[in-house]
Amino acid sequence: MTNPPYIRPIPASWWLRQGRYVRYMIREATCLFIGLHALVLLVGVYRLSQGRDAFDAFLAALWSPAGQVMGAVIVLMAVVHSVTWFNLTPKAMPLWIGDRKVPGWIIVGGHYGGWIVVSAVVLFLAGGLS
Amino acid sequence: MEIIKTDIAIIGAGAAGLSAAIAIAETDPTLNISLISKVYPMRSHTCAAEGGAAGVSKPEDSLDKHFDDTVSGGDWLCDQDAVEWFVEQAPKELARIERWGCPWSRDEEGNVAVRPFGGMKVERTWYAADKTGFHILHTLFQTSLQYPSIQRFDEYYSTDLIVSDGRCQGVTAIEMRSGQLKAFAAKCVIIATGGAGRVFPFTTNGAIKTGDGMAMAYRAGVPLKDMEFVQYHPTGLPGTGILMTEGCRGEGGLLVNKDGYRYLQDYGLGPPDPWPRNKAMELGPRDILSQAFWHEQQKGRTIKTPHGDVIHMDMRHLGEVLINERLPFVRDLALSYLGIDMVHEPVPVRPVIHYTMGGIDTDRQARTPLDGLFAAGECACVSINGSNRLGSNSLTECLVFGREAGKSVIDRITTMSDADTTLVKQQRDKSQSEMADLFMRENTGESVSGLRREMNDTMESGAGIYRSADSLNETCATIASLRERFNAVTLEDKSNVFNTDLIQALELKSMIEVAQAMAHSARRRDESRGSHQRLDFTERDDDNFLKHTLAGYRGADAPSIDYRAVVITKSQPAKRVYGGAKS
Amino acid sequence: MSERQITLEVLRYRPESESEPVFQSYSVPCQEEWVVLDALNYIKDNLDRTLSYRWSCHMAVCGSCGMVINDNPMLSCKAFLRDLPDHIRVEPLHNFPIERDLMVELDDFMDKLKSVKPYLIPDQPVAEEDGTYRQSSAQLKKYKPFAMCINCMACYSVCPQYGLNEGFVGPAALALAHRYNVDSRDQGRRAREDVVASNTGIWECTFVGACSEVCPKNVDPAAAIQQTKIASTVDYFKDLLMPGKRDKSGNAKQAAGDGA
Repeated sequence: MTNPPYIRPIPASWWLRQGRYVRYMIREATCLFIGLHALVLLVGVYRLSQGRDAFDAFLAALWSPAGQVMGAVIVLMAVVHSVTWFNLTPKAMPLWIGDRKVPGWIIVGGHYGGWIVVSAVVLFLAGGLS
Repeated sequence: MEIIKTDIAIIGAGAAGLSAAIAIAETDPTLNISLISKVYPMRSHTCAAEGGAAGVSKPEDSLDKHFDDTVSGGDWLCDQDAVEWFVEQAPKELARIERWGCPWSRDEEGNVAVRPFGGMKVERTWYAADKTGFHILHTLFQTSLQYPSIQRFDEYYSTDLIVSDGRCQGVTAIEMRSGQLKAFAAKCVIIATGGAGRVFPFTTNGAIKTGDGMAMAYRAGVPLKDMEFVQYHPTGLPGTGILMTEGCRGEGGLLVNKDGYRYLQDYGLGPPDPWPRNKAMELGPRDILSQAFWHEQQKGRTIKTPHGDVIHMDMRHLGEVLINERLPFVRDLALSYLGIDMVHEPVPVRPVIHYTMGGIDTDRQARTPLDGLFAAGECACVSINGSNRLGSNSLTECLVFGREAGKSVIDRITTMSDADTTLVKQQRDKSQSEMADLFMRENTGESVSGLRREMNDTMESGAGIYRSADSLNETCATIASLRERFNAVTLEDKSNVFNTDLIQALELKSMIEVAQAMAHSARRRDESRGSHQRLDFTERDDDNFLKHTLAGYRGADAPSIDYRAVVITKSQPAKRVYGGAKS
Repeated sequence: MSERQITLEVLRYRPESESEPVFQSYSVPCQEEWVVLDALNYIKDNLDRTLSYRWSCHMAVCGSCGMVINDNPMLSCKAFLRDLPDHIRVEPLHNFPIERDLMVELDDFMDKLKSVKPYLIPDQPVAEEDGTYRQSSAQLKKYKPFAMCINCMACYSVCPQYGLNEGFVGPAALALAHRYNVDSRDQGRRAREDVVASNTGIWECTFVGACSEVCPKNVDPAAAIQQTKIASTVDYFKDLLMPGKRDKSGNAKQAAGDGA
């Protein structure tokens, strides 16, 4: 009697087995915080529609210790999210000049440059730089 | 199902087997093809070929020059009608796999580039960096996937041809994943199983190159031709035997002895131009280069290492850019396996068993003397390689004669009746009971690995670069006793699923039979020609030996040895001239 | 040549006598310059003839000897003992059914390889009498890295999507499809799209990137898949915005071929 080829089960904790999977899961998890931030913005818009008092209360909540911790975590996660994805861009978008491949760091650097420019514009429009 | 009915059984799925299969599938899609291989096609040893494939492409080259290089490289033991036809087909077949997507390296105009190789008047080696065989194999395999008439039987180990009424009617094979013995009832069979380098201990050949197809044909009564001619490649890495392609020298690599001296100038290959010229020095033929190493060794001018003596191949002057573009694979191999970076250091190399010129007796159309049986590639001997194959002719040979085998099968099969399934069944049952005997045998202490080691040792000591009657007599005697002892070999593994102990035992059986044909053929050839060098008969003897050796199977006895005249059309035997003197 | 005693812990599975795999330890006297495959061959020749595994070329090109060594999928012929501790755990590749010992079943991969149509599909094939296509070195360079795959299956062993989702075509096969898609001689991208750009093709990939990290031939399947995603997305929007504007083969060559 011959047993069939053996299929090793994959445990739910498979992603804890190797550092590369853990890093991948962290990268994927950062999008939850990006989502959370979007939710906060939506709540803010909703509160604004309810009048000045409601919006002030919303801002006060953001500046509360808990709100500050949440904000810090979101910023941290947004940075991790951006950095990990920017670092992958040379794979997805290779550039060729003639028969030479543009080095990955230039592509990554271009993204960081773009990020800085866009952030500066946004801050300017929001009055943060004036 | 124990019996598998098919039109054509192809044994072996390397370059030759795949070429044959595609040729048939393209021409007549109604023919059912069983492509049987003991490994997945992409594992076939074609993948290890590095340097390139020869075919005339430059305007200053000509078919005549390719012919001359091949015939003189083979020391006039080639059948010239076959060589004429081969050189004519060569560029067509290389262009064909370009059209199938092979990533050939290119020149500035976008045409396929060529590089020089040893023993060539004009550079004509098409290459895909230094992984030419790999790319050819994968191109062929992937191309073959579009033909539904090609049915693959991967990891089936073929054991015996089924022969009756003077024709081949199929083959028995073990389905390795189940251990079951199957029989293919086929109208025609093509053998394309590659060489037998593994009969020697130090070889560039992969573990799978055990001469199974040669032995199968031999046992079925087809002679093995010119088996004494075994090629040493001059530049293998010590220890592992990993090949440093001839492309290294084609690109300008230099060979120096322990004094840093380009010793090849002492062996009629000079003058030592600063850059190798075609057909001179480092671009001499493989047999002469390997023999020159042996002489340097006798003179004490080689370099001692724990893995035997070496000389140095120096490529530092080529520069990192060129090495990375043309030789990236061998750079990585030398770096990984030896810790030597060829950009900065010379690479230690030594001659290593590389290729079996001899093989199953076939004609220009890949037909064997047995009706319904065809052979192509390294397992076959047409012979276009004579006593020493010209570097980069073998990949082309697989394509040209693989296709030719396919065409010959199509010609023959129209008038071929179905295989006799009753007979096929009988043959299967007989093979099954032989296998059962092997399983049931009481432990006698004879093991596969032990016998294999002894076979390897005696082939190296008695039938190596230089041979003599004494050394060959001893090897013949040892092999006779090994064949005897093989009958007592016992399996430790008695299971069915992927029993690699069993497969290795059957491979050993093939190897010992092939080794016996090699040793006896060599013993009887009292001359020195190409790769067959005798210390007791140091000259070529055209009066007595301008002919092919035919070793015939005689059961448990030593093989019969017969001869057949070499076909000469336009090139009378002359002295082989290399070096700058007359070229 | 110094000798080193190594303990090899090998996962064995003998389907005729065991219902699940078990580890077996061997103590092997090794030479320092050996690779793991040499140690396995030592076991096979001297200690235990029942151990089964695949190997052939011993030079990292045939792709037979892929296995998991101390948790990393690699070619055992290129896993140098000098880089490994004295205790080495050897397992068959993950994500494949184990047939016996270190041998896994490749049927699924072979089917998927075929499904991506890995052969040249030209619009206007060069005729036999016209010889060969022209291709510049620059055009060659764009697909050549993706043509280096030896099918060793290391990428499948480490890809969680392949392990968790039965239908996923997987890294090597998708990289090969990309290899043909970006070959200047090929116009078969549309013909491959049904499989390649499907939910079990590129869109199943979440860019874990492990495939590219373990590839012994630097093929970078993760890059191939992301590039195919972009090309496929561009195709989709072109179809949406300019219906009927696509050429017959469906190739948007700017996106796929030229990158920049």
